[in-house]
Amino acid sequence: MASQETLRDDGVGRASLLYDPKIRGIVYQIVVFAGLVLFVGWIVNNTIDNLRRANISSGYDFLGQRAGFDIAVSLIPFTSDSTYGQALLSGLINTILVAAVGILTATIVGFLVGIGRLSKNWLIARICTVYIEIFRNIPPLLVIFFWYLGVLSVLPLPRDSIELPFSSYLNSRGFFFPKAIWGEGAWLVPVALLAAIAMSWFVARRAHARQMATGQTFPVLWASVGLIVGLPLLALVVTGFPISFERPTLGTFNLTGGWTIKPEFIALYLALSFYTASFIAEIVRAGILGVSKGQTEASYALGLRNSQTLRLVIVPQAMRIVIPPLTNQYLNLTKNSSLAVAIGYPDLVAVGGTILNQTGQSIEVVAIWMMVYVGLSLSTSAFMNWFNARMALVER
Amino acid sequence: MKTTILTGVLGAGVLGLSAFGASAATLDDVKAKDFIQCGVSTGLAGFSAPDEKGDWSGLDVDVCRAVAAAVLGDASKVKYTALTAKERFTALQSGEIDMLSRNTTWTLSRDTALGFNFAGVNYYDGQGFMINAKNLPGVNSALQLSGASVCVQTGTTTELNLADYFRANKMEYNPVVFEKLEEVNAAYDSGRCDVYTTDQSGLYSIRLTLSAPDDHVVLPEIISKEPLGPAVRQGDDQWFDIVKWSLNAMIIAEELGITQANVEEMKSSDNPEIKRLLGTEADSSLAEDLGLEKEWVVNIIKGVGNYGESFERNVGQDSPLKISRGINQLWSKGGILYAPPIR
Repeated sequence: MASQETLRDDGVGRASLLYDPKIRGIVYQIVVFAGLVLFVGWIVNNTIDNLRRANISSGYDFLGQRAGFDIAVSLIPFTSDSTYGQALLSGLINTILVAAVGILTATIVGFLVGIGRLSKNWLIARICTVYIEIFRNIPPLLVIFFWYLGVLSVLPLPRDSIELPFSSYLNSRGFFFPKAIWGEGAWLVPVALLAAIAMSWFVARRAHARQMATGQTFPVLWASVGLIVGLPLLALVVTGFPISFERPTLGTFNLTGGWTIKPEFIALYLALSFYTASFIAEIVRAGILGVSKGQTEASYALGLRNSQTLRLVIVPQAMRIVIPPLTNQYLNLTKNSSLAVAIGYPDLVAVGGTILNQTGQSIEVVAIWMMVYVGLSLSTSAFMNWFNARMALVER
Repeated sequence: MKTTILTGVLGAGVLGLSAFGASAATLDDVKAKDFIQCGVSTGLAGFSAPDEKGDWSGLDVDVCRAVAAAVLGDASKVKYTALTAKERFTALQSGEIDMLSRNTTWTLSRDTALGFNFAGVNYYDGQGFMINAKNLPGVNSALQLSGASVCVQTGTTTELNLADYFRANKMEYNPVVFEKLEEVNAAYDSGRCDVYTTDQSGLYSIRLTLSAPDDHVVLPEIISKEPLGPAVRQGDDQWFDIVKWSLNAMIIAEELGITQANVEEMKSSDNPEIKRLLGTEADSSLAEDLGLEKEWVVNIIKGVGNYGESFERNVGQDSPLKISRGINQLWSKGGILYAPPIR
């Protein structure tokens, strides 16, 4: 500040310099920047000093130490002998898992409901409206509790499990279903599936090219379904059904064997999907309404049917309006997944909380949390920006 | 205008840089605000739980009350902060509470890496298991629990002991981990888990809150040592001493037979040990050296009672929990409670 005072005292001649907006701007920016650096420096310094004074050890060495606790759901091998670092990684994978399947489901449900709300069918439109208004106006935590305490915890105990088709069971410990055990020669099945997908893509390209050239259409959808279902089935028949199933059976405490999806995951997944889907539905509706009515009329005039109009004319244009706010919802869903801690799903925050408490390294753990969520959000944004650029209107 | 704000920000920064070294002693803080901020559980009957009027009581609460009586002369000058297992250490580290008395196990790493000092043990506990005997007939030992779903609170020694125990006995289990005690209770009560594990005293206390307490049994195995006690921050030895000796005074008072009812009579006792304890010995500087009034122990006993009275009232025969003294009996009566002498 002193420099400005002297500038002012310097006399009339330099007054123009002081009132030069450019110089003033630079001076202000330097001052603000210096202030910010000092402020951050003070916080860091203060923290280090406080930690030292309270005799709290700090640093990231704890990541390599033995964790000593178990994690209920882990996609990577995890025992109590694993390290805190592996525990965090396991939590991160759980977060990504629930966010990924949640985003997928929320998008599908959201699109269906959003289109449904615009339906000419009174009943469908009203049902969609009621759904949106209910879920959009309840805090996500309550939606999670609704699924966990209201729906899943009232399921029967393991010995009274609800039996579902294909040797699947539903009880208060989760959803149990047979585990496929791949026998000899079973590798042919995934190979056949991949081949079928590749062939479908190829067929779609050829059909498109033919339609462009001759105007003749080809039933791409049915051909693809036939390929994707048929080829793996054929592979199964050729190799003589090498897949066997390990069915869940009732043990002393629970059903053992097979695969299990825990109720914590189901509750969180359903809650996040249905909560976010209500917002996505509104975004989709806005996107569709944002496409000029003339487009629909022009499409009808060309002789396209209702469904074709929607698929070929309306939705591609609506996507340009839909994608940017959709990104926000994806980020929200990912961040809301941290509410998992309330129902004991071992996501990054829940596992981090345990580590925080066992080691006392609160600042370090919180810093990791922040870095990971920023990283997740930025990568989602980057992907959606790329997708948006692809979908954007190409002006010729 | 802009410059003024900027100067303010810079000034605050510089002030902050120079000011962070100062810190007042907890005793002076407490005297100045005239109450103790005590960290307790979110509700564990017998140890720290609020009644319908919002008044806290329990064995852990009595330690807070004893310290308030010793320091401020009035056992009711305590404000309580209800903390989950996960929040408790940060609350103490950050200075949000003056002391933590929340069925917390004394361990080496909490004493060192977390920067605490444990001021003694007010309940010797051990980890146990509770099951629903109605749903699981035939299970009468923890060694039969392989494959069970186990409800446990996060960030506790319990969680670690559980992993060790099942590993050592080559058994499998599914941990179901919650942050809040109420969430664990609800999950266990609804049948989400087969087994509830925590300190055995806690199991008895929690059993009372379940929808059908009689269906549940606590298995005989105790798988760990859980010495529970009050903790304070490192770096304030005077405060550490006060909390430590407030607890010791309660135990010694029981040894000497001083109770809430007879403490006034005892003041005229000739027994030098009692005279030292109650501050009636002439020219004694014991209380002064601790930074307290001469009457500090009298205030504790009047406000809270001796350890035995506190125990029976909160968790013992006069309470719904009906826990027997067991190892929490005085050393002279077959237990392991042993307080160093006040002299």
